Order: sequence, then structure tokens, then C-alpha cells
Amino acid sequence: MGLGSIAGPALAAPEGLRPNDFEDITNYNNYYEFGTGKEDPARYAHNLTVAPWSVEINGMVDRPGTYGLEDILKGKTIEERIYRLRCVEAWSMVIPWNGFELRALLDQVGVQSGAKYVAFETALRPDEMRGVSRRVLDWPYREGLRLDEAMHPLTILATGVYGRDLPNQNGAPLRLVVPWKYGFKSIKSIVRITLQEEQPYTSWKDANHREYGFYSNVNPEVSHPRWSQASERVIGGGLRSRRDTDMFNGYGEEVASLYSGMDLSQNY
Amino acid sequence: MSSVLALPKPVQRRLADPVNRVLRRVPAWPLYILGALPPAWLYWAALNDRLGVDPVREMEHQLGLWGLWLIIATLVVTPLRQITGISLLKYRRALGLLTFFYILCHLAVWAYYDVQTWSRVWADIVKRPYITIGMAGLLLMLPLALTSNTASIRKLGKSWRKLHKLVYAVAILGALHFVILVKGFQIEPLLYMAAILILLALRLPWATRR
Repeated sequence: MGLGSIAGPALAAPEGLRPNDFEDITNYNNYYEFGTGKEDPARYAHNLTVAPWSVEINGMVDRPGTYGLEDILKGKTIEERIYRLRCVEAWSMVIPWNGFELRALLDQVGVQSGAKYVAFETALRPDEMRGVSRRVLDWPYREGLRLDEAMHPLTILATGVYGRDLPNQNGAPLRLVVPWKYGFKSIKSIVRITLQEEQPYTSWKDANHREYGFYSNVNPEVSHPRWSQASERVIGGGLRSRRDTDMFNGYGEEVASLYSGMDLSQNY
Repeated sequence: MSSVLALPKPVQRRLADPVNRVLRRVPAWPLYILGALPPAWLYWAALNDRLGVDPVREMEHQLGLWGLWLIIATLVVTPLRQITGISLLKYRRALGLLTFFYILCHLAVWAYYDVQTWSRVWADIVKRPYITIGMAGLLLMLPLALTSNTASIRKLGKSWRKLHKLVYAVAILGALHFVILVKGFQIEPLLYMAAILILLALRLPWATRR
């Protein structure tokens, strides 16, 4: 999977982000299917078979079906997008993703009118994922977006990082990246995409709705009940590196309009 | 007092006597030096980029876990003696003081390297239940640490023993701090809590006989 054209500055906002090392990005992951430790995914995710891979796309679409990864990538422009990833645990890093806009795939399968949400599901393979033997969450991991969020040009499906194939611990072979939301929204190793009218089940919200909302937009003013979201530890920045968290993780200019009129302290 | 789980006296004697004989020759003071090494190593490793991607979190986590292990070790002393006859009593003060030291380091790393601003440290202590609980545990350890010396034991007499029962509350608060800070349903902190509750249950009247 080669590196395609580089995204223009408008879509790399906020600009001037310096990416973390490949080492940081691939050794500090939350992927609970492989264990809850930050190093567990790097240690155990190699067990996941990522080729061949297919994604079932169903629900309110014109062309439902099981799409092989090759069909999904066909005709897509793989771009580099340097995004800050802000974890709900109040740390962040900067990642140079390679991927394509989710809307290109949604256009390919034809979203029917009436569809309002997109639901995503991660692979569930007990033989390859040692973490799922513990019910940390109600597996399989599921996430979702409102259709307008999914169609937003900042929302991508990533297939690589640093111009290399996506490492398994980062959600190979295909993962979502939604840079203005907390990292857990950016679901990994996607096997199902469903277009639907109702707001989908989402793993963290449905495990604990007081702590995790459906929207989960990065918002320094709305604390997680157990910790503040006002600032974040900068991974790879050495000891005592901390920055103030930006509203929408710095992507407010592009996405704030999606939420105009909504009370974001209610719709957290 | 002995435990309902106590081994028969002859077994205790055969098991414990040789161990106790060896222990009689092992002083407690090296524990203070050995105990100071891991935090010093952690700090050195953090400064020299050897603690992985997120050194601050690693320091915090390791110090907290060590603190839990140490308080568990402190709580093991009495039931171990009651059940097997092996006496680690003379090491208990060192274990308790090391617990305090580790948790103090844990707080310092959190405040200075993680949160960094005093206003935020204070806000977290007041607003975040798991931090409030952790802080309460540390504060309860303060009088215990201050009276962990022979002079205080003499001076306080019976009330010293009463005062030092606070360690039970400290242990529960410490485990609770861990249980409620993790995301999702995780087993590890529950195991620490279970270990502590079992060690406390062994001290209840039903478990001991005079």
C-alpha cells in the first residue's frame, strides 16, 4: 500500500504538528482485545490475521455486501494526514496516517436516504485476541458516527502510518480516524459497517454512559467524571510535557458547525 | 491469639523454628536501603529515556503498585505468624515506612510530573473521587509514619496499637483508588482488593481464637 498524494494544508489543520516517532505510535496503544496494558497490543497483536480481510457493508445502502480489502481500496486516493490523537485518558500524540476519506467508501456503496448513522464493528477472534477472554467490554467492540460526521472530509479510514502498512496494534488493516473526537471513537480492525436510522450501540457509552458519550468530541470544558480533560500529557515530549487541550482537538474551524445549536455539555 | 487456620503446634515448630532461627540473624535495616533502590532506579530510568513511551505514567503506576505490594506485605505479618509461627515482626516497621515512602513518591510524581500545576493538583484532589480517596489514604498514613519509632510506641502505650489499626483503612483506600481508576471491567485491581480484604478478614474475631 503505497503513499499517495499528500493532503493539502486545509485538511492537515492544525498545522505544524510534529509527528511522534514510529516507536511511540506502535508501542503505546489502547486495543483492549489484546490486553489492557499499553504495551499489550504491541506484544500480542501480531497474532491477528489481517490478510485476507473483508468488510461487510450493510443496512441502508444501495450495494450491500462483503467487500474484500482490495475492492475497498480500488480507486481510492491514499493520502497522508497528520493528525493529533487525543485519548480520553488525557494524553495525546501526533500520527502521520495514510488513508482515504470514509465518504469515498460510503459513496461507493451508495448511502440511502433515511440513513442517519454509521455503525462500525471490530473483528472478534478469541483465538487471535487474548484480551477478549476477559469481559472488559461487551465484545465485539462497536463504535458509531452520525452520518454528517462520517461524511466529513477530516474523517478517514486509515490503512497505514508513516507510509508503511498499518501495524496490527494500530488497527490493521483498516481503521477509522476521527481527529476531533477522543481516540476510542476511532475504531480499529473494522469488519462491519452498517448504515442505519437509529443511533448505534457504542461500546464505551453503553458500558458507562455517564463517563463516555456518543459524541465524545474532545472538549476541555467537559471533564470525564474521574479526571479533567482541560489538558493532556504529550507522549514523546519528555518528562513534564503537558499542553492545554484544544476544543475539538484543534479542528474546531472545520467541525464546530456540525454541532451548532447543540449543548455540548449535555451531548458529550 | 492464634488463627482458626493455624497449623498444629508441632508442624508450626518444625516449619517455623528453622526459619525464625535464620531470621534472627537478618537485621531489618538493609530493607530501608533495598527499598530505596527501585524508586531511585525508576527516576534514573525516566530521566534517561528507559521507561518506554510514557515514563511519567510508568513511574506513577510502578510506585503505586509497589505501594500496594508493600502494604499487603505489612498486613501479611500477623496472619503469617498466627498460622505458621513464622515471625516477620521485626521487619514490619520497615515495610510500613517503605509503603509510606513509595506512596509519597507516587504523589510527588503525579503532582510534579503529571499534573504540574498546584491549582490543578488541588482541583483534582477535591473533585476526583479516586484521587480524593488516594489522598485520604496517604494522609491517614502520616500519623502512622510519624509514630513508627520505639519512643512513640513507649509513650503512646495502648493507644499506639489502636492508632495503628488505621493501616486497615489505608489498605482499603489504596485498593479502592486502583479499582475505580481503571477503565472498563478489569481484574487486576480487584485481585489487590481481594487480597487485602482476605488479610483483614483473617483478623476478625471469627478467624482468631485466644
